[in-house]
Amino acid sequence: MVTDSNIIRIKNVSRKFGNVKALNHINLAIEKGLLFGLIGPDGAGKTTLLRLITTLLLPDEGKITVDGFDTNKDYKEIRKFIGYMPGRFSLYQDLSVEENLNFYATIFNVTVKENYHLIRDVFIYLEPFKKRLAKNLSGGMKQKLALSCALIHNPKILILDEPTTGVDAVSRKEFWENLKQLQKLNMTVLVSTPYMDEASMCDKVALIQSGTIMEYNTPAQIVSGYQKHLKAVRSENMHALLTDLREYPGCESAYLFGQYVHYTSEEKQTVPDQLTSFLVQKGHTEIQVLDIEPNIEDCFIASSAGIPNHTENIK
Amino acid sequence: MTREPIIIVNNLVKKFGHFVANDHLTFEVFRGEIFGFLGANGAGKTTAIRILCGLSFPTSGEVNIAGYDIYRQRDLIKKNIGYMSQKFSLYEDLTVKENIHFYAGIYGIGITEIKKRTQQLLEELELKNVENKLIKELPLGWRQKLAFSVAIFHNPRIVFLDEPTGGVDPVTRRRFWELIYGAAEKGITIFVTTHYMDEAEYCHRVSIMDQGRIEALDKPDKLKTRYNAGNMDEVFLQIARKTKIG
Repeated sequence: MVTDSNIIRIKNVSRKFGNVKALNHINLAIEKGLLFGLIGPDGAGKTTLLRLITTLLLPDEGKITVDGFDTNKDYKEIRKFIGYMPGRFSLYQDLSVEENLNFYATIFNVTVKENYHLIRDVFIYLEPFKKRLAKNLSGGMKQKLALSCALIHNPKILILDEPTTGVDAVSRKEFWENLKQLQKLNMTVLVSTPYMDEASMCDKVALIQSGTIMEYNTPAQIVSGYQKHLKAVRSENMHALLTDLREYPGCESAYLFGQYVHYTSEEKQTVPDQLTSFLVQKGHTEIQVLDIEPNIEDCFIASSAGIPNHTENIK
Repeated sequence: MTREPIIIVNNLVKKFGHFVANDHLTFEVFRGEIFGFLGANGAGKTTAIRILCGLSFPTSGEVNIAGYDIYRQRDLIKKNIGYMSQKFSLYEDLTVKENIHFYAGIYGIGITEIKKRTQQLLEELELKNVENKLIKELPLGWRQKLAFSVAIFHNPRIVFLDEPTGGVDPVTRRRFWELIYGAAEKGITIFVTTHYMDEAEYCHRVSIMDQGRIEALDKPDKLKTRYNAGNMDEVFLQIARKTKIG
């Protein structure tokens, strides 16, 4: 193969399950060494896309190459150099921690010893429980074991399907720190997640909804491509604020965002003073109106408004 | 809002063998309040919720839910609360209407009233044209709003929501919180767990558990000031990280 900075190329890929279109004409090129985030809600098509890349599914149309190999023809080659951690825990429950790890190493013709440096940061927490059966581990420990098993053969590409779903904020942060370390070892890492705030941990993210990639870029560029004027508004009664803002002339959208309501208008600019006096008239107190920069979640919300089978809209 | 306590927990302890899952929890939740119950995985939230719902007994301590005692009046507690979780909410092989009828029936609501209010609800939720569809055919967001409405169909005093919005898209997640606000304004107390820290901001007060204890309990604004943090995520990390063992 000629050297190609894109280790994964996805060209016009679609995949159906019965009548359900899981993916519609996906195009993506993922550069070598990237920490890539696939971000979207349940049912958006994240798992399908990752399973296509891992050769576990074949596309109905289009083509995927992984390090130059075609997923359709060369699946045996591809499977040698990828590590995959599916969303559902899939290790052997009746084997111990140690047995699971040895099993995966043996399948790939490596020893735990030669590649231990790859898993040390993660596996260190499991050392005291080496003899414990996988089924008796806590959720966080299972996840660490699954990651160790996916890594033990030193894959070129590590693919993780929702590793942080249902995991608390502290453990999520630690997990991303682990991934950053792996990236330093020259690994390309693909992660899917429903948590928008994790976008900032990635080099590049693809926002996916209803089988469509809405955006693909660095988080900073996605944010700078946001077209609207965004305001953050707050008052004593947030629920009433939401209702009242939606009645304000020119309101395009108003939605909860942490301690604020995020507000966009159809016209170029909303005059903060006018908006404030409108809210005062409605009986609000402790009113704050700020101009703010959007984040990835604002971008996701704005983009998903244009997706045809997305049934719910804000406002 | 009148400060009428509806959940009273006093020195609640729950042990499993030598392991202390809940270590002297003491707190109150008020009528109509949206109370966020946060904590890292394994902090003891689920254990506490199971006790508050009357599904398990404390090792010691006093718990009063909607005026009923956890040791002696568990059946009355169950009648006066609603529950919804991300994992289990509705029967996938029943239709929208069948699910509503089933849950309402369990809570002993009369058939005439069930029929009348089912129609009302279907109109409110704009689900009238899918009333005879199976739950599994509906998008996740629709299922969740239905699951929530079903959980409060019998007009409970309190509804427990265990990670109700996990995995849902940002728009639907916010729609869901508007339903929560609506229910709270009708006087239903909301007891909710979540891993989304922006949702912690939507709560009137939040508690943060760590290793079986409540480490902090206050309004989000007050917590941010106390921990000198810009948002709830930072507050949470400060509290949960200091004792984290991995």
